[in-house]
Amino acid sequence: MSPALALVAVVFVLVATGVYLVLERSLTRVLVGVILLSNGINVLFLVASGRAGAPALVGSAPAGEMSDPLPQAMVLTAIVITLGLTAFLLAMAYRSWQLHGHDEVQDDVEDRQIRSRAGRDETSGSYDPDDEETPVEERSEDARRAHASPAPADARPAGSADARSAGSADARSAGRAERREQRGTARSAERRARGRGERP
Amino acid sequence: MTGPGTAVGLLASALAVTGADGAQGGGLRATQGQVLEWPTLVPLPVLVPLVAAGLALALARHRRAQAAVSTVALAVVLLTAVAMLVAVQDVGTLVVTVGGWPAGVGISLVADQLSTLMLSVSSAVTLGVLVYSVAQGAADGDDGAPVAIFHPTYLVLSAGVSNAFLSGDLFNLYVGFEMLLAASFVLLTLGGTGARIRAGSTYVVVSLASSLVFLVAIALVYAATGTVNLAQLPERLDALPDGVRLTLHLSLLVAFGIKAAVFPLSAWLPDSYPTAPAPVTAVFAGLLTKVGVYAIIRTQTLLFPEGRLDDVLLVVALATMLFGILGAVAQSDIKRLLSFTLVSHIGYMVFGIAVGSVMGLASAIFYVIHHITVQTTLFLVLGLVERRGGTTSMDHLGGVAKISPLLGVLFFVPAMNLAGIPPLSGFLGKAGLVQAGVADGGVLPLVLVGGSVLTSLLTLYAVAKAWNRAFWSRPATVDREEATRAHDEDVPDAATTLSGVGEVQQRRGAVERAQGGSVLAPEEGERPAAAGALTGMAVDQDQVPVDMTRVPRGMVAPTAALVVLGLSLTVLAGPLLRVAEDSALELLQRRPYVQAVLGPAAADRVSSTTRAEGLLGGGR
Repeated sequence: MSPALALVAVVFVLVATGVYLVLERSLTRVLVGVILLSNGINVLFLVASGRAGAPALVGSAPAGEMSDPLPQAMVLTAIVITLGLTAFLLAMAYRSWQLHGHDEVQDDVEDRQIRSRAGRDETSGSYDPDDEETPVEERSEDARRAHASPAPADARPAGSADARSAGSADARSAGRAERREQRGTARSAERRARGRGERP
Repeated sequence: MTGPGTAVGLLASALAVTGADGAQGGGLRATQGQVLEWPTLVPLPVLVPLVAAGLALALARHRRAQAAVSTVALAVVLLTAVAMLVAVQDVGTLVVTVGGWPAGVGISLVADQLSTLMLSVSSAVTLGVLVYSVAQGAADGDDGAPVAIFHPTYLVLSAGVSNAFLSGDLFNLYVGFEMLLAASFVLLTLGGTGARIRAGSTYVVVSLASSLVFLVAIALVYAATGTVNLAQLPERLDALPDGVRLTLHLSLLVAFGIKAAVFPLSAWLPDSYPTAPAPVTAVFAGLLTKVGVYAIIRTQTLLFPEGRLDDVLLVVALATMLFGILGAVAQSDIKRLLSFTLVSHIGYMVFGIAVGSVMGLASAIFYVIHHITVQTTLFLVLGLVERRGGTTSMDHLGGVAKISPLLGVLFFVPAMNLAGIPPLSGFLGKAGLVQAGVADGGVLPLVLVGGSVLTSLLTLYAVAKAWNRAFWSRPATVDREEATRAHDEDVPDAATTLSGVGEVQQRRGAVERAQGGSVLAPEEGERPAAAGALTGMAVDQDQVPVDMTRVPRGMVAPTAALVVLGLSLTVLAGPLLRVAEDSALELLQRRPYVQAVLGPAAADRVSSTTRAEGLLGGGR
């Protein structure tokens, strides 16, 4: 089996550009990337089928000279599947544009919340002050408020266990200030992005 | 109601067609002289849902007929699967080569012990979820909503899952994956709300990427061996140079790893699953990742049995368990929490597969079955909780066990099962895995044993926290009456979860607004109705807001049935483990599979794994 070099080069170019585009945030570019990628892979199947031969029709050529029909059947199936998925992706990109004014893949809401909480050094939403106290029946608003500001050590991620020692308190507050700054810039960037997005 | 009649007619004709197929193909091998050709059954789990999907699409305007068609279809699939499971024990692996083409050119469908076991459990779960969603649709009176597409899509999903389990060649496995993925895309973005489109984009792009990797792997396999038939591959792969084998092995594992949500490739799952409607999340959680696990089992046993990547898999399994469960501990929304436990517990299955002994593999198979049932049940229960409480966030829920003890029980049993509390099936699966790890004796398996125990404890912590906060704590923080009123104003016709249109967010927003607006800790005297309802005092049903009390029986019944199914896994653990062990042995020997598809001559050329040889005596 001796694959044609030209085909390999085509696969290389298609897959490389496809991967680049799939890594973009805009769904339309991802879509183009997926199309390029799948075309590249379809050509890869042709490479896999070996040297080109006569058409695989019974009686048109001796069986030994025919090209392998099986990969062609697979490629056909793959093309059909890609067509369907392309249509779906296109519809989704359009819907995203309808809803948000852009078609960019967004961050997960909860992730963003957790990140901003970590930035503010707050307790997580699942942290329950009752866990720490003696099991009081009534969870009063005061208890909640008292616990909200200085985050108890347990509520923070496991990695920060060493930060419990008093000595690191200063470092922590410095870090907090820095994070607050970062958050500020991030937020303004987000606002700008939103402004851009709501053009229509 | 023409639906059921037509469906039965079509089923009969489908039977006839596949009967002819079976007779032409290699199906006769196992079952000469039987009245009913067992292999006739093999294509049914794929054909019946597909035919029914078309029918359901045609009946889009007739809700009830549509529901009847899909229920009947999935019930037929369940019966077929169970029948095949029984038959496989008797007569051995069932094979159908579709269209009568010889294996290697045509597509063969193979039902061996593993396939039928997975198929039985998955179809039982699929049917349960379908009944649940039908009841949900009926309860919400969703006429005219875009959910007419739900039934056909759901059936295609079911057909895709069956096709993946039964597939006897790699490319057909890919087609099965694509069927279920395409259907899952539609189901995940039902209604096209902002949140679902956001979640959907991640999911779709990641799934497409995994499909493309899989396709590359198939092309490479074909280039290297000239076949994609799973029975022909063992012999030809064995003959390849090591480097090529490793490349093929890795690319297949990466493709399946994304589908199964194994750690470095798992980040997409908790982001995308929780936004879908409850029944959809439930069926995704139960089935989709498990199809990936099934494919990994096949890769590790049939195609690349020498276990070169076992250590990599062990490390990855450990990371999956730990990172998954740490994510779960951090969540405040129960749906997200369960999505993380889903990821985490995939680690157990990979652990069992990577240990690679009969014991390990059998426990992994048992664990897959257990996990399909339990995880689906939990998501269904959460759907009920969400109906009742308006949210699944632990911050806003409280006292659910008091408002509705039934919901409490329904959640508690599978939650404890998930955590692995001793008599339940979760414990048995984990115990088997730990035993297999200890029996292996290597350093890495022993570390994994420790990791799995730790994960189990953390799972218990996570679900116990959910239980304490949502089900047991005093519901002091939310004023439900207010929340409902705000909700009713926001959403004039109580939109169904299936039809979507921002409903979940709106509802959640309403709850938050109500919470912010009212005093956070209301005195009991001030709002007698709401507070009474939440603390379990005797309250006249009429006083309680309608939206909160209405948990339709039709939705509770399938959930309860699945809880019972989960419990029956415990009761039937003995026979089930025996079947799992048999199938593990069969998988490790490799010969039975090849022999069933290609005949004894081909099977003689395939060596069974050295591990299987060694364990034939000592493993049990």
